Amino acid sequence: MILRERLTAAGGLDGLFLSDHRSRQDLAGIVSGDPDAAVTAALAGRRVLLAVGGQMAAARAMIALDGLAARLALVPPKLAPEHIARIAHDSEAEICVSDAEGLAPEALPGLARIDAADAVRAGAETPRETEWALATSGTTGAPKLVAHTLEGLAGGINTAAAPEPGTVWSTFYDIRRYGGLQVFLRAMLGPSSLVLSDAGEPVRDYLVRVGTAGVTHILGTPSHWRLALMSAALDRLSPRYVRLSGEIADQNILDALRDAFPEARIAHAYASTEGGVGFTVEDGQEGFPASLIGTRAGIEITVREDSLFVRSGRTGRRYLGAAPEALIDADGFIDTGDLVELRGERYHFLGRRSGVINVGGAKVQPEEVETVINVFPGVSMSRVRARPNPILGAVVEAEVVLRADAGTDQAALKKAIIAHCRPRLAGHKVPASVRFVDTLPITSGGKLVRRGA
Amino acid sequence: MSLRETVFAEIAAIAAEQEKAMPPITDDLVMLDTEFDSLCFALLVARMEDLTGADPFSEMDASDLPVTVGDLVALYDRAAARQAA
Repeated sequence: MILRERLTAAGGLDGLFLSDHRSRQDLAGIVSGDPDAAVTAALAGRRVLLAVGGQMAAARAMIALDGLAARLALVPPKLAPEHIARIAHDSEAEICVSDAEGLAPEALPGLARIDAADAVRAGAETPRETEWALATSGTTGAPKLVAHTLEGLAGGINTAAAPEPGTVWSTFYDIRRYGGLQVFLRAMLGPSSLVLSDAGEPVRDYLVRVGTAGVTHILGTPSHWRLALMSAALDRLSPRYVRLSGEIADQNILDALRDAFPEARIAHAYASTEGGVGFTVEDGQEGFPASLIGTRAGIEITVREDSLFVRSGRTGRRYLGAAPEALIDADGFIDTGDLVELRGERYHFLGRRSGVINVGGAKVQPEEVETVINVFPGVSMSRVRARPNPILGAVVEAEVVLRADAGTDQAALKKAIIAHCRPRLAGHKVPASVRFVDTLPITSGGKLVRRGA
Repeated sequence: MSLRETVFAEIAAIAAEQEKAMPPITDDLVMLDTEFDSLCFALLVARMEDLTGADPFSEMDASDLPVTVGDLVALYDRAAARQAA
């Protein structure tokens, strides 16, 4: 399966478009440009790093490079320069497709570059299978790269069926992340039109664009949807299909979307960069039916020690990089690290076994925040955990044990600790609240007790 | 400080911390039309819970979701009235 071949073979691209906050482009025009032999030669068979600013440039490059490059590593937006360098290294990139918004001129010295505006003039060659490399959402700061095939990425998509007439996809996500890429592929393999979001765009502006473009199918995290439900522009939307993924979808958000869109199919999907698309639930209830455990078409799901395990052709193939840890167990299963609990006939999600906090779809490793707090003068130790939040699902809360020599003005200390974290951590990792405690529970192995914390 | 003053002060403080440029805060301001993003909003709700003990968001219907700053103040006013009752 090659993206450009699928689009060309589909014919009937008339009226289909790709749009972002700046422009609207015909899909037919995107796939039919005049190829440039020098550009094609520079990219054919190469391991390519895609580091562009906006999603339109990313989408066009992905169409041009699938089937041509040996590997395509996607750099998510707003990544720190050292993390971009890490992805370039781990993906063994030979050439970078970039633009001024995606990569500073002085970054990645020694790596060949081609401007994204030129790269889209790459022509088709003898098709080869391109390996796609996606970044995880950075649980320990540095993202890990997961290798996928296009077949695996599209494994949860019914590519045999023609899309419903008039289908227009959109997603609050970025298409260089797993969830957003699912929507990009659904649109391209349909084919159907696609409206791209932009990270800096206010919710209202995005919703107005989505409404104007006649979007029928739309994906967001529960947090994206909570925000949309608070926007006066929500009534611009009349979707037929509303999809949630990336976070636990609780009953409140499912009910609120049902009220807001009584005519729409509302589905919550369980998927991850490593594990691929596991399943989709459309009965409007939180959690998932226990009947999904077992073997179905193309996927096996099991629960071991309260954690979900997945085995299927849709999971990642392996991690990339020097001395990568194993992604897939010897028996072919991937441990998702997601804890579940059976209540009656339904499983419910409890969160991450590792204690990773999910702040509106962005992951926070507690240890990373604790390390920053623990160097603050007067701090003895700290424990970072999720504080439930109705807007983002969770925010970061720190419990701090002070040394005897710490000051006594607790309100001032709280402010100082948060101010200390702010320049050292991404915004969503900075504690929203700090509580002072006398002690923290430690296991017999000397580790902080996290589970159930 | 009244609840309204508290809400206004916390919005201003969070916007300053997160380096968001905000228009003058008024009752009619639609928060999500500004740079006040989801993280700012989440911080605001957490701080209001710390200050007032109330989290009206956790027990409301979609139709009650606040759109303007004035809606938000009214939401905390109602929560405070329930607490007092």
